[in-house]
Amino acid sequence: MHFFIEKRKIFYILSILIILPGLVSLCTKGLNTGIDFKGGSIIQVKIAGNASLADVRSSLKEMKLEKAEVTRSGDEFFIRTNELNQQQTQEVMNDLKTKFKNVEFRSADTVGATIGKELTQKAFLAVFIAALAMLLYITFRFEWKFGVAAVAAELHDILLVLGIFSMFQWEVNSPFIAAMLTIVGYSINDTIVVFDRIRENLKMKRKEDHASLVNRSIMQSLNRSINTVLTCVFALVALLIFGGVSLKYFVVTMLIGFVAGCYSSIFVASPLWYDLHGKE
Amino acid sequence: MNKNSSIFFTSLVVLVMAALLFFAGKPIINSMNLGLDLRGGLRVVLQAQEKSGKEVTKDTLQKAVGILRDRVDKLGVKETALYQQGTDRVVVEIAGTSDPEAAVDMLKNTAELEFWDEQGKVLVTGKHLTDAKAQSAGSQSTGEFNVAISFDKVGTKQFADATTANLGKPIAIVLDGKAISAPTVKSAITDGNAVIEGSFTAKEAEELAVLLRSGALPVSLKVIEKRSIGPTLGADSLQKSINAGIVGLIAILVFMLGYYRLPGLVADISLVLYGIVVLGVMALLHSVLTLPGIAGFVLGIGMAVDANVIIYERLKEELRLGKTLVAAIESGYNRAFWTIFDSNITTLITAAVLYFLGTGPIRGFAVTLTIGIIASMAIALYFTKWMLVMFSNFTKNQKLYGI
Repeated sequence: MHFFIEKRKIFYILSILIILPGLVSLCTKGLNTGIDFKGGSIIQVKIAGNASLADVRSSLKEMKLEKAEVTRSGDEFFIRTNELNQQQTQEVMNDLKTKFKNVEFRSADTVGATIGKELTQKAFLAVFIAALAMLLYITFRFEWKFGVAAVAAELHDILLVLGIFSMFQWEVNSPFIAAMLTIVGYSINDTIVVFDRIRENLKMKRKEDHASLVNRSIMQSLNRSINTVLTCVFALVALLIFGGVSLKYFVVTMLIGFVAGCYSSIFVASPLWYDLHGKE
Repeated sequence: MNKNSSIFFTSLVVLVMAALLFFAGKPIINSMNLGLDLRGGLRVVLQAQEKSGKEVTKDTLQKAVGILRDRVDKLGVKETALYQQGTDRVVVEIAGTSDPEAAVDMLKNTAELEFWDEQGKVLVTGKHLTDAKAQSAGSQSTGEFNVAISFDKVGTKQFADATTANLGKPIAIVLDGKAISAPTVKSAITDGNAVIEGSFTAKEAEELAVLLRSGALPVSLKVIEKRSIGPTLGADSLQKSINAGIVGLIAILVFMLGYYRLPGLVADISLVLYGIVVLGVMALLHSVLTLPGIAGFVLGIGMAVDANVIIYERLKEELRLGKTLVAAIESGYNRAFWTIFDSNITTLITAAVLYFLGTGPIRGFAVTLTIGIIASMAIALYFTKWMLVMFSNFTKNQKLYGI
């Protein structure tokens, strides 16, 4: 029995079911874009002791920054506001220092609206160029059907990550784009290893139908697919646990993407190639 | 090669690597350029805007950057990088100064000095200055400072005319549209020397003198992006990501050893070499280590294992077909080569796109990723293979290869 090929429709449906909620969320809620995309300021301060979110919020209200959004992660507070200039940032810091005892300046970012617009355009351009370059490379090294199947699997991974970020409304900033592109590269990398096996088995010209051949190729590269994603997951989980807040979402993005990439190379790319190519 | 010489060469490699780690490790890490996100500092993107009808061109921008460099040098703002971005932007990066924001705020001043009469008509401009110096005001040390300026020939003539025409009336000294002071002209000044009074502190007077000496910027600069990282956050991030890297590395080393046994040991030795090579190359290229860069490095460790995994899985297959160990290594490598090549090229394409479209820290990520991919390919295809052949001379016991 050729498990991966015979059950492929079930996995197609599974993939659609996983992606669909995220897709709906993307269309209705969209992405929670950070200041890198829409402009504005974010100030990070460390307030030791037991300052509460409400304390910090009320203190900002007195400064007429009612629209400021405050979040916290342990002792670290993140204040998101509209675009502040240097003087205003300084005022916020001074004010916090008088209200709370142990205030430590961590970082302050300000991004103008024009920069945000540029980043959005660049991000789309980057993902588009990367995907196109992959398609060309695979067509050159393999054939176009492999390329189409690989890009479909890639799209699957991108949509999955975007959907999850939309559903949980996690903030999207420029490191997110870097993480997405890494996923694009990795997902293709994973797919190529399986395709490479299919190509090699095709060359042997055994008396074997394609269902069996594709299935066998997946089985042969299965250990590799799992072990490689495992070692990357080790590295990423270590970064997630020990790497501090600044890297958190950068790492989470890649973690989801890598696991999705491994899944899609087995359950999306290879079966799709089989469907594109025909049975004989 | 016989067993003894294999043992000799393998031990030699391990010894050399240990020595490298021991002696070169510290210097490599110390010579590494840390990005602003790891050491604290300020990065500002300034948008050049046209000033009094003059368009922003490549020329004027270059001139502006030159003037800014001059100011940085004269003011002694340490560890500052200045460069053009695109056709109309200037990036200023200042590392670790106590108050980098104030420094940038001062630097980006246009510093256009004008002298106005009562009607607001411009009499003389700072274009005709030859010198500006900070000096103590008055004989007593009141703590106040002012700036003495000298005009060139044209300026001297204009200033003489202006003071003659406005005798007994005030002349406003205006910097970038803001009046500093408006002293009353007591007598015509014909020697081309004047003093700007404005109850400055010593520092303010010195800064103003530098701004005036370096000349007015041909464009006006507006902050459109600003990222300032406090020194404690940078140090925290560095420490945390080093810890994460060590934990991740150990997890991978243990996993490889446990799963692949003897080849796993070879992979582990290769991984340590990978770490030394990547950090060494980065130090040699003077590339900047950023936070995303470290993430790229740690991720690279995971990916570097990939080539080993592909090879060992092949090796196992070949051994199961009943080949001898040496033959299995040879054919396993031949079959794995193109797989490794093709799969790494795609990641390289991504890194290239990131490098050309990204800025700042993202570029750091792309650079480490690229160095990592090339290093891991080279090490897996040459070093690891050589080690495997060496190890195969020790023992032919296939159980050690996970069969």
